[in-house]
Amino acid sequence: MTTTEPTSERIKKYLLEGKRFDKRGLFDFREIKIEKNVSKKAEGSVRVKIGKTEVIVGIKLDVAAPYPDSPDKGNLMVSADMLPLSSPRFELGPPKFESIELGRVTDRGIRESGFIDFEKLCIKKGEKVWTVFVDIYSINDDGNLMDAAAMGAIAALRLARIPKYDEETGKVIYGEYENESLPLKEDSPVSISIHKIGNSFVVDPTREEEDLSECRVTLTTYEGAISSMQKSESEALTIDEIKKIFDISEETSKKILKEIEKKIK
Amino acid sequence: MTAKFKRSDGREFDELRPIEAKVGVVPNADGSAMYKSGDTIAIAAVYGPRKMHPQHQQNPSKGQLRCDYNMISFSVSERIRPGKNRRSTEISEITKWALEPVLLLGMYPNQVVDIFIDIIQADAGTRCAGINAASLALAHAGIPMKEMVSSIAVGKLDKTLVTDLTKEEEDYEGGEGPTDIPISMTHDGKITHMQLDGKIGVEQLKDAVDLAKEACEKIYEIQKKALKDAIDMGNGEKK
Repeated sequence: MTTTEPTSERIKKYLLEGKRFDKRGLFDFREIKIEKNVSKKAEGSVRVKIGKTEVIVGIKLDVAAPYPDSPDKGNLMVSADMLPLSSPRFELGPPKFESIELGRVTDRGIRESGFIDFEKLCIKKGEKVWTVFVDIYSINDDGNLMDAAAMGAIAALRLARIPKYDEETGKVIYGEYENESLPLKEDSPVSISIHKIGNSFVVDPTREEEDLSECRVTLTTYEGAISSMQKSESEALTIDEIKKIFDISEETSKKILKEIEKKIK
Repeated sequence: MTAKFKRSDGREFDELRPIEAKVGVVPNADGSAMYKSGDTIAIAAVYGPRKMHPQHQQNPSKGQLRCDYNMISFSVSERIRPGKNRRSTEISEITKWALEPVLLLGMYPNQVVDIFIDIIQADAGTRCAGINAASLALAHAGIPMKEMVSSIAVGKLDKTLVTDLTKEEEDYEGGEGPTDIPISMTHDGKITHMQLDGKIGVEQLKDAVDLAKEACEKIYEIQKKALKDAIDMGNGEKK
């Protein structure tokens, strides 16, 4: 079930004229909505809608042993589940490549930016640190789950609080909080995916547009610089094209960052 | 039956938690619904009837129903590892049994109706909330149905019967402890699903079934209203 050929041809033709079916500019996002605290059981959670695309993201914390190569740092685990509920295209069963990539690219976007101060998540060096679980679930896929997931992850991390921890019993007391947020930097990373369709570049593709994407480049911008990047699909880009993508990302990410920050305040 | 048991949230023994129900919450689906009971939130999406895959599971004489119940990792205090476990596998099948009797799938040979239920937030009664959401989603998808299915957990705390247990009540430790009895029934009073964990005498169990019937009446009205609202306001439209 993919986009039909006549529709595909029309989309490409429109893009060459700088037009899209929903009248957006090539580098415009659909309307972004962020609803806070959608699950009381999570340490922080949000619902993000970009047009008809919807994800929910929740943060859970637990105390665990640190990794041997970072004994004084907390852990981060990001996973994404493309629920069969959210699209006729998603099936039950072990995670497919798309959802693994979705989780991993989101993970690196957060991790590499240095947005989380992992050293402050250490309880006892070499023994106990906080593990931060970021779990992403798709609720409705109408394209660009990638950017929705990243937005959701950042917003949910901003809202998360650290639960109480009883050092004697070694147990986390869920539902009771120290009133302490996660150790996060002031700036938020923002991820933007740029898609190549025919000879055009667009951001925030709808499902139909994403079907035609020949190449996706996801860039995370943090404090004005690129902190992570992933080029997907086996379509080669020229040097001029990749430079153009960097420019689009720089421009778009500024706009989107402002919009997100306003919404999660 | 009307003993003076004090419920921690101040409800009457037969009082339901506040309920919200809405259809059309997943635009991609053929039918979908959200059902919220207190702090328990379920969403359900229906896809189909569509061709059954794998092919060897096709039934040439009638269509089939497939259910998947899933709790998302942050729906409870201690994170659940994403994916299938024994509990969710069983509840998926229970849900199918609860709903299948009302469906008219005879006209869909070799096809399947898929229902996916995800629990966003859990405070007991998740299978019942899932079944209520699924029943709504099926109706919203226009699958031929003889009846709606409504579901509720009746419980016994010490010696008192109460309707719609919360997690706190489910973990009650006083006296005879808790008994949990999730029941699903059609609007004309046929029971399509019933389970029981705990300890209860036969006479009181009969009373529990009557209590469930009363509760299901109320839930049915809410389900009916959710479906009507979608039509009136035009926001339940499908692709």
